[in-house]
Amino acid sequence: MQAKRARHAAHAGRWALFERSRADRWVAGVAGGLGERLDIDPVVIRLAFVVLAGAGGFGLFLYVLLWLVSAEPRPAPTRTEANVRVTGSVQKTVAAGLVVLGMLLLLRAAGLWFGDALVWPVALAAFGSAVMWTRSDEAGRARWGRLFAGISRTRGDRDDVQRVSIGRLLLGGVLIAAGMAAFFATNHAASSSTALGAIRNVAVAVVVTLSGLALILGPWVARLAREAAEERRERIRIQEREEVAAHLHDSVLQTLALMQRTSDPAEMSALARRQERELRTWLYRTTDADPSGLLSTAIDRVAERVELAHHIRVETVVVGDCPVDQNLQAVVDACGEAATNAAKHSGADEVSIYVEVEPDAITAFVRDKGKGFDPETVPQDRRGIADSIRGRMQRYGGTATIVSEPGAGTEVQLRVPREDG
Amino acid sequence: MAKPIRVFIVDDHRLFLSGVRAELGSTFEIVGEAYDVDEAIARVRATEPDVTLIDVHMPGGGGAAVVEAVRRTNPDLCFLALSMSDAAEDVIAVIRAGARGYVTKTIAGRDLAEAIRRVHGGDAVFSPRLAGFVLDAFAESKPQILDPELDRLTTREREVLRLIARGYAYKEVARELHLSVKTVETHVSAVLRKLQLSNRYELTRWATERRIV
Repeated sequence: MQAKRARHAAHAGRWALFERSRADRWVAGVAGGLGERLDIDPVVIRLAFVVLAGAGGFGLFLYVLLWLVSAEPRPAPTRTEANVRVTGSVQKTVAAGLVVLGMLLLLRAAGLWFGDALVWPVALAAFGSAVMWTRSDEAGRARWGRLFAGISRTRGDRDDVQRVSIGRLLLGGVLIAAGMAAFFATNHAASSSTALGAIRNVAVAVVVTLSGLALILGPWVARLAREAAEERRERIRIQEREEVAAHLHDSVLQTLALMQRTSDPAEMSALARRQERELRTWLYRTTDADPSGLLSTAIDRVAERVELAHHIRVETVVVGDCPVDQNLQAVVDACGEAATNAAKHSGADEVSIYVEVEPDAITAFVRDKGKGFDPETVPQDRRGIADSIRGRMQRYGGTATIVSEPGAGTEVQLRVPREDG
Repeated sequence: MAKPIRVFIVDDHRLFLSGVRAELGSTFEIVGEAYDVDEAIARVRATEPDVTLIDVHMPGGGGAAVVEAVRRTNPDLCFLALSMSDAAEDVIAVIRAGARGYVTKTIAGRDLAEAIRRVHGGDAVFSPRLAGFVLDAFAESKPQILDPELDRLTTREREVLRLIARGYAYKEVARELHLSVKTVETHVSAVLRKLQLSNRYELTRWATERRIV
């Protein structure tokens, strides 16, 4: 996967002109990417495509062409960074406008044209909305949005933006209105004065007025919606952060504090092991099921208990997992007993617990690599525990075998049939 | 040993890295270190170490990305995954990318040295935990057997893995099953191969989930 991304990047560097934008996209991210590359507000680029589309659909053709020579976006490192990076300057925006104007005249001369009555008003209206909605001044889009949403708190900030924006707002509104008026004027003259023509005029008027309003208010509405979504995301992020912080505070920080007060290395290492186990469970817990009733959790708890009580490492491996029933609880308890036994007597520094859920039975192995013993000459204290493990297993129809040899460690093997199996 | 094994260490936790270096420095020749994915790819390719110790969890794609990228240009280089992480999908992803083994960071120094020698010798290194993951992934009860050759473990392989999961060293496995150590190594290598090549549903799913992350 990573390699694939790397290939894309190399690919972009070789022949693609620019990279499409991932964060700032309406259709395929071409305008966003181009804006980023040319350092022009993507709004201007988008409007340019719309205006050029009026010239016999040239804008659409151009869009597809640019899409072909651009590269797949790389995943944005952070969403906010992508938003901040695009600033643009007034000169560049004006230059882009002039380029579009020149292209329009060229295309008109070439005959690729939907007609003066349509294209010029559209161009005028687009120019108006560009004036209103670009963020090429220092006051960025964020501040605009805040201003309109009325949540800007700093007065200086507000005054500054307001002065700039009211002028722009007026100019843009006038331009859009002029575009609409031009459209009406030219089309009215063209249409006949019959009843049908009148109805059509009314319909056209409604449509044009609506699109004028959409041009004036649309970007603002869209911006508000985007900000609302961003705010919600931010809230969720904060909530998650708080949850993580709360957990770390209750677990890791407490353990670290505890470790600083401990002078016994064995105790310290036991604390660290317990914390590690706990954190791991928390990090990799499956969210869809409550893990508290599962065999793997029960075994981990037993291991933790033995580790804390006897300062020994207990490695657990559980293959297959299932809810703990009565028979399983017996196995879990017996494992704990065997591990405790190993911790007390074997002299080894590590005990392994392995539990496997088979279709019809549960098998468990508790093993240490300690000094072992000869089962024939068992000291009384070990026999007692062995008997208790055996007895426990037998009560649930299972078996317990203890394999040991002096110098070669000890292994307790448990097997209990499953109740539902 | 005539020439010490040349070891490269990749880990984004410098503290841990220096600990490993101190532990292994006397036994092996530490030829380099890297702290992130891109650096690791470039430097491992340039250094061509005998064995690379690779952290599973790293920003920018993790150990799997490094193993995959390096092995595309240098298929002969050996990797041993070393990690704190116990999420099965992460571990399986690194193995499937081409690492020859996986051990947890809590492993004792002498066991780590042994694992490095084993990987260098061309064998696979399965910690008890990895053996457990594999037994889980290849559980008989699960359907989706497409290629019996790759999607299923033989009885013998299963026995070997079970013993490893129970904490047996290869030598002890061999004695328990009345096999030679060489045969045990062959079985483990066969399991590694299946793990890397099988298209079993669970393995593919793990790999896919890893990608989405």
